[in-house]
Amino acid sequence: MTAYILRRLLATIPVMAFVALFVFLLLHLTPGDPAAVIAGDEASPLAVAAIRQKLGLDRPIWEQFGIYVGNLLRGDLGTSIFSNLPVLTLVKQRLEPTVVLAVSTLIVAVLFAVPMGVLAAWKARTAADRIIMGFSVLGFAVPVFLIGYVLIYLFAIKLHWFPVQGYKPISEGLAAAARSIVLPAFALGMVYMALIARITRASMMEVLSQDYIRTARAKGASNTAVLLKHALKNAAVPIVTVIGIGLALLISGVVITETVFNIPGLGRLTVDAILKRDYPIIQGLIILFAGVKVIVNLLVDISYAFFDPRIRY
Amino acid sequence: MFVLGKRCLSWLAPLVVAVTCLSSPVGASAEPKVLRVAMHADVRTLDPIWTTQTIAAIHGMMVYDTLFAEDYDRHPKPQMVDSWTVSPDRKVYTFKLRDGLKFHDGTAVTSKDVVASMQRWGKRDGAGKQLMIYTKSLTAKDDKTFEWVLTEPYGMLIDTLAKTGTSIPFVMREKEALVDPFQQIQEVVGSGPFRFKRDEWVPGSKTVYTKFEGYVPRKEPASGHAGGKVVKVDRVEFIWMADPQTAQSALVAGEIDYLENPAADFLPILKATPGIKLEVHPASGTMGIIQMNHLYPPFNNVKARQAMLYLISNADYVNTISPDKSLQTLCYSYFGCGVAMETDAGSEPYKGPKNIAKAKQLFTEAGYKGEPITILQATDHQYIAPANLVMIQQLRKAGFLNLDLQAMDWGTVVSRRAKKEPPAQGGWNIFITGTTVQTSSNPITHVALSMGCDKAWFGWPCDKGFQDLREKWAFAPDVQTRKQIAVELSKRAYELVPYISFAQWRDPVAYRSDKISGVLSVPSVPPMWNIEKK
Repeated sequence: MTAYILRRLLATIPVMAFVALFVFLLLHLTPGDPAAVIAGDEASPLAVAAIRQKLGLDRPIWEQFGIYVGNLLRGDLGTSIFSNLPVLTLVKQRLEPTVVLAVSTLIVAVLFAVPMGVLAAWKARTAADRIIMGFSVLGFAVPVFLIGYVLIYLFAIKLHWFPVQGYKPISEGLAAAARSIVLPAFALGMVYMALIARITRASMMEVLSQDYIRTARAKGASNTAVLLKHALKNAAVPIVTVIGIGLALLISGVVITETVFNIPGLGRLTVDAILKRDYPIIQGLIILFAGVKVIVNLLVDISYAFFDPRIRY
Repeated sequence: MFVLGKRCLSWLAPLVVAVTCLSSPVGASAEPKVLRVAMHADVRTLDPIWTTQTIAAIHGMMVYDTLFAEDYDRHPKPQMVDSWTVSPDRKVYTFKLRDGLKFHDGTAVTSKDVVASMQRWGKRDGAGKQLMIYTKSLTAKDDKTFEWVLTEPYGMLIDTLAKTGTSIPFVMREKEALVDPFQQIQEVVGSGPFRFKRDEWVPGSKTVYTKFEGYVPRKEPASGHAGGKVVKVDRVEFIWMADPQTAQSALVAGEIDYLENPAADFLPILKATPGIKLEVHPASGTMGIIQMNHLYPPFNNVKARQAMLYLISNADYVNTISPDKSLQTLCYSYFGCGVAMETDAGSEPYKGPKNIAKAKQLFTEAGYKGEPITILQATDHQYIAPANLVMIQQLRKAGFLNLDLQAMDWGTVVSRRAKKEPPAQGGWNIFITGTTVQTSSNPITHVALSMGCDKAWFGWPCDKGFQDLREKWAFAPDVQTRKQIAVELSKRAYELVPYISFAQWRDPVAYRSDKISGVLSVPSVPPMWNIEKK
């Protein structure tokens, strides 16, 4: 197992190198000019050119790439063109809200979706199954921002249960942080719930038709024991895979959710940087997201061995 | 099933309890002296001279002070200046700073700081550069006195020093003012009524200011940006909300006190919400600009530009962008409506009924043979995106124009419009943008109206006679003469069509009148002093 993990970690190096090159070229070959954004709408063309020169954006692309790679190897993600702050500082400022949102969404989704999927499989082709699958279709079909606006209208504006927007850091109290994250987590969790519920149902239905389930029932095992002990554990591999794959979905969803609920997280940082063409931030964040994705995939692969002892690396 | 259901409920119970426990009215614990504000953009850049973004000017207005400022009626009034004299030939201005001015680090504001600040600003701002052309010397006579000597009796000195909008002549410490104007300053230490809290600054989210206890306001009552800047709250938080819907909801829910730029779609909701007030300054407003590229066919020929006046219908834009009739003006003045220089002289082809046949004839005379007209179509901008759709429809209706629509985000447009290459090689023929009435009301600060060829704004209009007239306007001794010259400028502009201006609409600010009072009405760059939290 250790050798496998080491091999996988070493394999991330070329992956990350490719991501770095790809992101750099994509950004610099895409139209857009941070100097023009900085200068503002009423700046003269000469002023824009002068800013471009000061920022080094008029240098040959290979020279800019060399500087970028050199900084990267020293662990320096660069400095924001606009705020003059190191990208790492900006990432640190924004990390907590995104991590809390992602973890809360995962908790909400797993907490609701797995029981829903199990129930739908157990009561397959009954009203309960149809209601759950109907909800699942709805979760996929309704965009995150719409769910967000509806939740804001009902629970923030009408009922005043939760705030409309913003994020309270954990340092200001767990209750305040939880209160600020409930609506975004539910809004973002909806699509995730739909995905996990469907996979859980499909996987459980397959397992429930296996001979050993019949044997367990014949031995007098209770419904709970059959479903949770015998069936769910064996159905877990595809469910965990979907949770892992769904992380990419979560990252894209975070961008929208953070905008709707005005959460100062990494998603918002990414969108703002793209709109302003703040190259160092975009490059730094994509490398960070790629790294997270690689690590999550690795963790998912490792978790297979835990759920299914037959799997060995 | 019962067993499973019970288990499920046992999982859900803690969550429901948690939600119930956490549910209490929002805003109940808000601190009474904190003003929460959502501005139109995020404070991302701290140097208001380095960039011309309005949000940087708003930040600057919090932290820095100005020599002069405009009052509610847009008349220049002294702010940091105590008194001044003008020589009989109107070439030598001697200014004296008022007592008690000091920076946030405790050091006194001196004439040296002022001189260095004005020199830095004069290298970046359009109106500042114009002023510097006629500046012979700018020197500190003593700690509180400085002298501005002009080569000509340029009549715009005081007006230019009082300007608001963008690139405001803020006074910085000499240390910062000596930084290359094309590089950002590192420290934010002003002498304005608020201190910038760098340790709480989260770009893209929140910018915090606290009251500067050492600020000595003028004795006069606050009016516009002029008068006494009396701070009545302890702390101001600019909370950046990218989504207009969320910002509107936050104001309705009372989570913020002030929303600078509510989207037009939400104005009816805000108007109907008790405790929310909308306020708009008579001279505020935005004007649309359809900018044509004067370097390449067909718009390098004046007849093609004149033809556009017969195709563009002003009313369609304003009805699309700002449907509220009380906030729109069907304006045909290049300088904006409701301002001193308002004039529609020469606008007859534009004001009259649309005439496709006439437009076609003019395009033909201009040598147009159906070549593609490249339009940079921004699709992500609050008012430029709908304006593009209106323009495209109007041009398509003509039936003889070959439109090459290139959809892109605004960030790409601002980069692409700087390209002087032919449209087929990455250049362009048309893009839409806008300007504030505050900027357009003054022919000198109105950069889109410049026809200075290579030095002109994007589109590069070129006419020496027009430039001479602009200069003549700047030297006019009084408002009456300026108005006469404005009429000449307008006629010439409608002849040469540097760009086509469309509509004028006003954007109100919205605030919780049940929570705050003392909001000062200004055309742009809203001040946060004088506001009291109830």
